[in-house]
Amino acid sequence: MNLVSLKTAMALPEIFLAAMASLILILGLFLKESSRDKACYWLSLFTLVATALLVLNGFSSNSVIAFNGLFISDPMGALLKIAVCLISTTVFTYTRQYNQDRDIFKSEYYVLGLFSVTGMMVMISASHLLSLYLGLELMSLCLYAMIAFYRDDKLAVESAMKYFVLGALASSILLYGMSLIYGLTGSLELSVISSTLSTIDQGNLALALAVVFVVVSLAFKLGVVPFHMWVPDVYQGAPTSTTAFMGSVPKIAAFAIIMRLLVGGLGELHDMWQQMLIILAILSVGIGNIIAIAQDNLKRMLAYSTISHMGFFLFGILSGAETGYSASLLYVIVYAAMSAASFGVILCLASEGNEFDKLSDLAGLSKRNPGLAFLLLVLMLSMSGIPPTAGFFAKLSVIQALVDAQLLWVAVTAVILAVIGAFYYLRIIKLAYFDDPVEGHSAPVTVRTDSKAALTVNVLLMVAILPWIGSLIDICNDVISNFGS
Amino acid sequence: MLENYLPILLFLAVGLGVGAIAISAGKVLAPNKPSEEKLSPYECGFEAFEDSRMKFDVRYYLVAILFIIFDLEIAFLFPWAIVLDEIGVFGFWAMMLFLGVLVVGFIYEWKKGALEWE
Repeated sequence: MNLVSLKTAMALPEIFLAAMASLILILGLFLKESSRDKACYWLSLFTLVATALLVLNGFSSNSVIAFNGLFISDPMGALLKIAVCLISTTVFTYTRQYNQDRDIFKSEYYVLGLFSVTGMMVMISASHLLSLYLGLELMSLCLYAMIAFYRDDKLAVESAMKYFVLGALASSILLYGMSLIYGLTGSLELSVISSTLSTIDQGNLALALAVVFVVVSLAFKLGVVPFHMWVPDVYQGAPTSTTAFMGSVPKIAAFAIIMRLLVGGLGELHDMWQQMLIILAILSVGIGNIIAIAQDNLKRMLAYSTISHMGFFLFGILSGAETGYSASLLYVIVYAAMSAASFGVILCLASEGNEFDKLSDLAGLSKRNPGLAFLLLVLMLSMSGIPPTAGFFAKLSVIQALVDAQLLWVAVTAVILAVIGAFYYLRIIKLAYFDDPVEGHSAPVTVRTDSKAALTVNVLLMVAILPWIGSLIDICNDVISNFGS
Repeated sequence: MLENYLPILLFLAVGLGVGAIAISAGKVLAPNKPSEEKLSPYECGFEAFEDSRMKFDVRYYLVAILFIIFDLEIAFLFPWAIVLDEIGVFGFWAMMLFLGVLVVGFIYEWKKGALEWE
């Protein structure tokens, strides 16, 4: 065995990212106290952009299996990795002022973020249950630590604990499902699992049990109803900089794990998991949107909005056709960009001693910070799926996929529930534009120029992407049609 | 068929016998001077029965975690050393890479002072 037969070059971006993360960790020890955190922060941003460029540079339209079947390099993976790196970069840009105010602007925070991104990239490129699980755990462990990083805050520590316990539970359920799959197929490699499953009797009870365990654990990780209890508490309790990170990028990795595991590995059992996903998705969109109306904490409201969006994104997957997968792919990328920017707005407005996470804080925002208020307006229109924003096209293609798959009643339910959800997004616009500022909160908030620039780029290019939404849809279709070939 | 299980039956009998002999020999032969201290349950320096929500020095956990990492490293090194002539240069460098990653963590914890008790 040697490096050439392993095809290590396929994992060059991951290797670079992990090496840089280690390097920054060490650098943080030896640099001078005054310049340390700032240098590590800029190096982390540079690393993420360079990783995205490396992925782009190594792009090929063929799928290549490397590391003896542990790793797959394909166009879908490349697209997802680029999205993960770029959205992480913008999120990190928002976090600077917020973290400085709370004394958590430390080199370790960004190193944990880089390792988490490494985990996501491993997960995205996994073609083996072991590497899939390894990536998932690397991502989650770093996220737990990033929440607990704000250890002076009681809520943050509590939510880290909750997230950790429930995450460990979900992981154990996933492992149990994987062990059943291994017992039935005799392999951990997803392509082998897929071909062996086509020869197994589908009435096998153990097989049904394995699928149930896998779907439940994925539902836990995604936070869809009825496995969503941790989402609002964790989103609210975590420092907003971490919420912005964990509320956006990991969703892209979650799309990858579903594609690799459910569609790639267990694709033969589509009828079995489609039933479960329909129930999960409808419950999520419904309960998420209805409970979000009752929230007066902005972060908590966005958490319920995540639950409903994750349900909506499952609609595309469960249609079981290529159009559905590419609709979900588009949806998840657009959602990650929207979510990052929404928390980005909160991060920009938060100051020392004020989290800016109450709905009432937003009152009269257009008179205080007209620029940010406009970005928020675009974001909320996009979240609720109103044309001509990217959110509209994402929702449209998912519904289209449902109709194509002859699931008309599901499509109608999805639309009705989405309309209910529009209420609380529009309420934010009403608060920002038509209400007067609360007494003593009428002075404009000063925002760092680099955060503001990143936010503007994020919203105008990724959320209001009118001119090139067509090419993004084409790219999504392309990479999905290459999936599994 | 059934005689195949004879060794297991013998094993059970011998096991029971050795256990019984050891305990009863201790009872019969050893000097027996009980005191309150000797009879009380012993548990690694802690009271056996008290509220479980007590304060506990976090440094114990730190040392335990750091110990586990390097203990596991040894567990990998032993089998690696035995098959080194079969896995060749590639196997050698694979392990060096693994050790390199561990060293990064080691430098970090050392420099951060995690190895110092005070």
